Amino acid sequence: MKGAVREAEILAVVALGGVLGAEARYGLGLLWPTPVASFPWTTLLVNALGCLVIGVFLVAITEGRPAHRLLRPFFGTGVLGGFTTFSTYCLDLHRLFEAHQPGLAVGYLAGTLAAALGAVGLGAAGTRRLLAVRRAGGAAA
Amino acid sequence: MNGALLVAAGAAVGAPLRYLTDRAVRARRDPLLPWGTFAANLLGSAVLGLVTGAVQAHGASPQLQLLVGTGFCGALTTYSTFSYETLRLAESGARRWAAVNVAGSLTAGLAAVYAGWGLAGLIG
Repeated sequence: MKGAVREAEILAVVALGGVLGAEARYGLGLLWPTPVASFPWTTLLVNALGCLVIGVFLVAITEGRPAHRLLRPFFGTGVLGGFTTFSTYCLDLHRLFEAHQPGLAVGYLAGTLAAALGAVGLGAAGTRRLLAVRRAGGAAA
Repeated sequence: MNGALLVAAGAAVGAPLRYLTDRAVRARRDPLLPWGTFAANLLGSAVLGLVTGAVQAHGASPQLQLLVGTGFCGALTTYSTFSYETLRLAESGARRWAAVNVAGSLTAGLAAVYAGWGLAGLIG
């Protein structure tokens, strides 16, 4: 019974976070729509930003201070998962290929990948550095 | 119906479905590769191809695009977890598996969009 309640709580916070993340992505898409057959900057930046934040967030809660058990499902799985999108990325590629823009498609494919992996690596490494500095400071004090 | 409400309704189903998919896959498979995220991204890309094909090429309601495309598929799929899991593989020394995860996810996701789009043509 207790397990079922915990499971329901997790599903609820994942859903809530997912809605918030998706609304943010939808709002940015309305603000900066991507014209037909042009480079999808908005989706690229949304995905890169989400990757930067998840790198910071997951290192902070797994290697830094322990967090509330619902924080990871809410923010990591929900908000960031709902904010970033793999399906739109693949659909954008399909669109660019269909619009006979193979150069843009390949640039977008590689550009998103480089930005996303670079951002998650940067977020994780930067947070680890910060945690190490804090620990050293704590030991000296 | 309001666009933001359609997106919210889709995302409220898509995000928990990704969580459940990941958990179900983890329970069954040796988690060397992140199959849960792979499965969610594959499914979401196929559905997005199907819906967008139906809306753009076959006259389905644009509201369907917001509910199922932007909301459900956008929340079901994830780039952040995909990137983080790839980073974890590379950090743990499994660089080759990290590359396999990237190449496999991209190929499968793109193929899924094409398959979904093609299916929309057959139905519509």
